[in-house]
Amino acid sequence: MEIYLDNSATTPVLPSVKEAMSQMFDMEYGNPSSMHLKGVAAEEKVLEAAKKIAATLGAKEKEILFTSGGTEGNNLAIIGAARAKMRAGKHIITTSIEHASVHNVMEHLEAYGWEVTYLPVDHQGRVAPEDVLDALRPDTVLVSVMMVNNEIGAREPVEEIGRALKDVAPQVLFHVDAIQGYGKYRIRPGRCGIDLMTVSGHKIHGPKGVGFLYIRDKVKIDPILFGGGQQNGLRSGTLNTPGIVGLGLAAEEICRDLEVHTEQMYRLKERLTEGLKALDGVTVNGPAPREGAPQIVSASFEGLRSEVLLHALEEEQIYVSAGSACGSAHPEDNRTLYAIGLRGEKLVSTLRFSLSIYTTEEEIDRTLEVLRAKLPLLRRFVRR
Amino acid sequence: MEFHSFLIKYSEIAVKGKNRHLFEDKLVERMREALARLEGDFRVRKASGRIYVDCAGIFDQQDVIEALQKVFGIVWICPLVKLADLGFEDLKARVIEYLKECYGEKQLTFKVLSRRTRKNYPLTSDEICPLMGEAILEAMPNLKVNVHDPDFFVNIEIRDENINLYSILIPGPGGMPVGVGGKGMLLLSGGIDSPVAGWMISKRGLELEAVYFHAPPYTSERAKRKVEDLAELVSRYSGPIRLHIVNFTEIQLYIYETCPHDELTIIMRRLMMRIAERIAKENGCSCLITGESIGQVASQTVQSLTVTNAAVESLPVFRPVIGFDKQEIIEVAKKIETFETSILPYEDCCTIFVAKHPVTKPLLKVIEASERKLAGVDAMVEKALETREVVVIGGQK
Repeated sequence: MEIYLDNSATTPVLPSVKEAMSQMFDMEYGNPSSMHLKGVAAEEKVLEAAKKIAATLGAKEKEILFTSGGTEGNNLAIIGAARAKMRAGKHIITTSIEHASVHNVMEHLEAYGWEVTYLPVDHQGRVAPEDVLDALRPDTVLVSVMMVNNEIGAREPVEEIGRALKDVAPQVLFHVDAIQGYGKYRIRPGRCGIDLMTVSGHKIHGPKGVGFLYIRDKVKIDPILFGGGQQNGLRSGTLNTPGIVGLGLAAEEICRDLEVHTEQMYRLKERLTEGLKALDGVTVNGPAPREGAPQIVSASFEGLRSEVLLHALEEEQIYVSAGSACGSAHPEDNRTLYAIGLRGEKLVSTLRFSLSIYTTEEEIDRTLEVLRAKLPLLRRFVRR
Repeated sequence: MEFHSFLIKYSEIAVKGKNRHLFEDKLVERMREALARLEGDFRVRKASGRIYVDCAGIFDQQDVIEALQKVFGIVWICPLVKLADLGFEDLKARVIEYLKECYGEKQLTFKVLSRRTRKNYPLTSDEICPLMGEAILEAMPNLKVNVHDPDFFVNIEIRDENINLYSILIPGPGGMPVGVGGKGMLLLSGGIDSPVAGWMISKRGLELEAVYFHAPPYTSERAKRKVEDLAELVSRYSGPIRLHIVNFTEIQLYIYETCPHDELTIIMRRLMMRIAERIAKENGCSCLITGESIGQVASQTVQSLTVTNAAVESLPVFRPVIGFDKQEIIEVAKKIETFETSILPYEDCCTIFVAKHPVTKPLLKVIEASERKLAGVDAMVEKALETREVVVIGGQK
């Protein structure tokens, strides 16, 4: 039995999504920019997808911009906002636990003269809204905070931050990387002061290579891709129509029964967390199960290298992800684990288990059973 | 410039007396194999102590040269101009035209060499050289004659069917054609040294097989794939490599639990040697090849090498990089394009099997005493041999 517990890396596509995409390849292969009927038909499909997505956010369809996924979405939001606001100032606020597609963009901007404040988080990985407000300066133009941390599942108070920002500094743009949060939480960006929000298709059982950026109406950012002027010139490039249709359908389906899915995941998360805690020498990292996202469990295994345990589980067709690359305990390898205070051994012995709507109780039990059997064996061979 | 023929020079093998035709035949075979992978029609032929490559159809000259530069045994690749015999005056004009194309206005020295297999040509070789030299000097004032140490030669060969002209020499890899020296078993890790060692021995005319020890879950599937990639890179020179992938986990854990930890590496290496020798003998390999270099790590001190070596029953162990500095090995690795792959970070991610302070001056008696505690290791070695995976790497079109 294959047990896939790496759903924060990517998820399998819903059968209905695959079917709808296949239709697009077979029938509606036109270019939405074409003037003829074949193009118009494809354009309608894109509009339909945008409507479906907008509906899940209480947004307008013109606020949805299609991208190639999370990395592009974050790059466009941050670089686009920074460039558009250059004359107002060059200071950005973010956290120390952002994903590389935010963090590395910040470092890039720093090299080009922007100043970036990286806020710390507490031991549960949460940033304090007061810290965000305290960091504001007259030249601050952008705040970027993730909704759910991809390593430990911490849920950041983005709604609170957004509302507070609109009260005290309405001129500052607020970007939320919601790649791990969308589809797990209902969010209304328009109501809580979020100007830009990144989502990726393949984390919500949609296809890879497609995503969207929510851009609140009237918010202006600069494009980072130039060309044929598609999507109002903000994102040139032929629209990935099969991907967009798949993304729209996945968003609709996942959000329709969101509470049912997340409740099921929370129960399994609790089961896994309890099971892990009952094992010798295992610490669960991050917030208490229901305080964090429903799909992510991070745990450190005393005296073991995460990579060894990962491959040992792989032998039983159980797929998880390693918290940090083996061999080095360099803090840069995993900023999140470092930021919540993990050091040395714990830093290199961390695994991430991530669940999906398909995860079952049997799979959790089997995983715990395999760990129970393998941990003592693997621990016999610890570097002395 | 476009060429349709190449003359191949192979000085080292030319001196091998009665075996000469065996070497030549092997070289021709290897050249044909190398060229068969390319687009185009190629004819490789031996004629009066020379090997020629004739190219036809749609082919890329640079690809041909690069393919030949990976065939051991080739010393020089000479792009050849074939001329019809239309008299000596015409020959002079064609030679000058060609030299202008090759060397332009550069200030250089030259020497004319000529050979005549068609004995009824009106001029002898000794007459051709000064006459041609004179004509060249007159037409190209930027050139001077230097008969002792010229910058380039002008080679003129008067043959029955045509006249060959060549001057440019492109270096080949040297060495001897793969196969004339039998077959060796390379202990291939994912590091920098072992692919270089395999390449060096193959260069002396040996076919290669290789053995890789992997230890899942302590080493990853990607580490194994990296070793396969390295074997593929070496096989571009050596021809197809049979790679034996041996699961070493059980043995490694057993040593770990049974023997003193500062002796782990050395005992492990001795067992690897033992297994490699068994596979080598079963597959007709006449030597083992390792990438060891004196003093590079604790397990490669002279004392350690002595103890490791003693685990081998009868085959010689060749260590071609034994006297190389790391930097020298890296230079070769870069040249043969294995370096980039070797430094990918999959290998040895898990250092638990390496003691913090391994012995650097082990004594055979002490190590053997430790090994006597490994009562069950023979059965494990048999099992590792039986369950090994064998893949053939490289050689496909």
